[in-house]
Amino acid sequence: MPETKPVLMQGNVACAEGAINAGVRFYAGYPITPSTEVAERMAARLPDLGGVFIQMEDEIASMAAVIGASIGGMRTLTATSGPGFSLKQENLGYAIMAEIPCVVVNVQRMGPSTGAPTAPAQGDVMQTRWGTHGDHPIIAFSPASVYEAYYLTVAAVNLSQKIRQPIVMLLDEVIGHMREKVLIPETGRLMVEKSSDKVPADWKPYDDKGVTPLVPFGFGHYYHVTGLFHDQYGFPTTDPPQVARSLDRIHEKLDKYRDEIVLTNYIGHKEPRVAIVTYGCTVRSARAVVKKAYWQNRKEVGLLSLQTIWPFPEQEIKALAKQADVILVPEMNMGQIVGEIERHVRGEAEVVPVNRYDGEMITPDEISEAVGRWLS
Amino acid sequence: MAIIEQLTQDFLRTKKLPHIWCPGCGNGIVTAALVRAIERAEYDQRDVVIVSGIGCSSRAAGYLNFNTLHTTHGRALAFATGLKMARPELKLFVIMGDGDCSAIGGNHFIHAARRNIDLTAIVVNNHIYGMTGGQHSPLTPEGKKATTAPGGTVEREFDLINLARGAGASFGAKGTAAQPRQLEQLITRGSQHKGFSLIEALSPCPIAYGRRNKLGGPVDMLRDMKEKSISVERASKLGEEELAGKTITGVIFDLEAPEYSEEYYRSISKEK
Repeated sequence: MPETKPVLMQGNVACAEGAINAGVRFYAGYPITPSTEVAERMAARLPDLGGVFIQMEDEIASMAAVIGASIGGMRTLTATSGPGFSLKQENLGYAIMAEIPCVVVNVQRMGPSTGAPTAPAQGDVMQTRWGTHGDHPIIAFSPASVYEAYYLTVAAVNLSQKIRQPIVMLLDEVIGHMREKVLIPETGRLMVEKSSDKVPADWKPYDDKGVTPLVPFGFGHYYHVTGLFHDQYGFPTTDPPQVARSLDRIHEKLDKYRDEIVLTNYIGHKEPRVAIVTYGCTVRSARAVVKKAYWQNRKEVGLLSLQTIWPFPEQEIKALAKQADVILVPEMNMGQIVGEIERHVRGEAEVVPVNRYDGEMITPDEISEAVGRWLS
Repeated sequence: MAIIEQLTQDFLRTKKLPHIWCPGCGNGIVTAALVRAIERAEYDQRDVVIVSGIGCSSRAAGYLNFNTLHTTHGRALAFATGLKMARPELKLFVIMGDGDCSAIGGNHFIHAARRNIDLTAIVVNNHIYGMTGGQHSPLTPEGKKATTAPGGTVEREFDLINLARGAGASFGAKGTAAQPRQLEQLITRGSQHKGFSLIEALSPCPIAYGRRNKLGGPVDMLRDMKEKSISVERASKLGEEELAGKTITGVIFDLEAPEYSEEYYRSISKEK
């Protein structure tokens, strides 16, 4: 894109700017470290664009307001961190059940509880997967750079609209607060189709045939939206076949659009003996290790970075396990995604966790040491 | 009768009936008053949105033929705030129960009132959590029994109308299921008022509240409600002692105050 220009930008700001470029015009939030810059940028930018910024009374209300605005036809975003993400869970589940698009940014801090608000960690991986109750699907992106924070937010906003599913942007404090170069296209270039009231006469909000676009309230389609199990028109049902179908429906759409949802990136040796699998800021340390390994006699080391954590990229992991003898999993927690990897590797490769949970990043040296142990 | 038949056609989802409410419940009376109020005010069906929380009365949304949003417990006003800000031209009616609005939703209630956001909040107050079988709420009168207060609650109750006024709401009215015509008029007036309008509608729950407190059947409860109610006009001539045990009905307060969505959109057009 010729109009692309480089800008130095903070990760949290990149989320806000990416969202705006993808058409988000509604933000509701509550102040919380280390995500507040997302709100501050939105408060500065949205009024000039004719959009709505509202600081709600609490985290729960922020999530609710975002869903309400989405039903009104706006593209919406909210941002928070651990404690706030805990509070948002019930309404996040509502958005999943009622199939209301929205993007929720969680800039992870160290937990549990109030934890260390300014210390980085990757401890909310499993909370993101199972934080809200019941059998639900979830999509979560985990950027490893400010550039990725920008473009994954754009992707999240558009994908969320397309498949009517809330999407979590799972940042860590390092990515949220660091500044890096981003190439930014002109405003409006990155937005896919707008929501519309022009739909076929037989439009159903929860059509059995698949995802239909959301028709905002106020256009004469008198449907019902509820967190209860519902039929094609949104009305509550307890009929067992309809209940099961309702649950299948929200899961199946993730399978159907898997190619657009599951994003990973592999760098390094074509036939790795030791493969590193990681996400978020830890990718940066791992990348340094793989680069060094390449320059040192082209050692058989590779890195699979997960831009998408949920749904879990199981096919990619299975393919990797066929090649590698060892899969190293560095994470800034006590071991969360590593369990998921073990589950899919099924003993085809050795799975080794590399953990750090003292509020500091995992260094390239720490990963190098683990790699060296398995290469020798 | 003719009017009611026509309403049934237009504004009720007749295929979704019969409703889930118990015999003798006041929710149907309040819902009918709401439907007639919308008819009376001549709103375009497309512009009307019904938002509700969780509880018996909140199920009304599913029976009304508009865009209807049945939300999570206590959060109806927060959902409504987002929707109203996204689409200020829509006419929002938010149905909540007493527990839904004043306990779990208490924070959203005072903040929606503080912003004076333009919507009509209808709180169906039956003094009890009915759907879960009769637990006491912040609007259960002191001393009344509930499954979670077998000896009578020792908690003091909220004065919801004054709570809203104190928080910044600009319209507050109280009616009862025993006087549906008045209730209908109050809802109409509330909806025509610009700002946060609270309509507290007292409603009998003979099953989960009346029976345990020996208040008789549905007819007895309605009669009692009617006998205890006194209009704002008549009440203004009486002293405090004479008003003891009475329910003052009518428009309790009607004020002018800046409305949030209008103020917000005005402020951003200035900034341009």
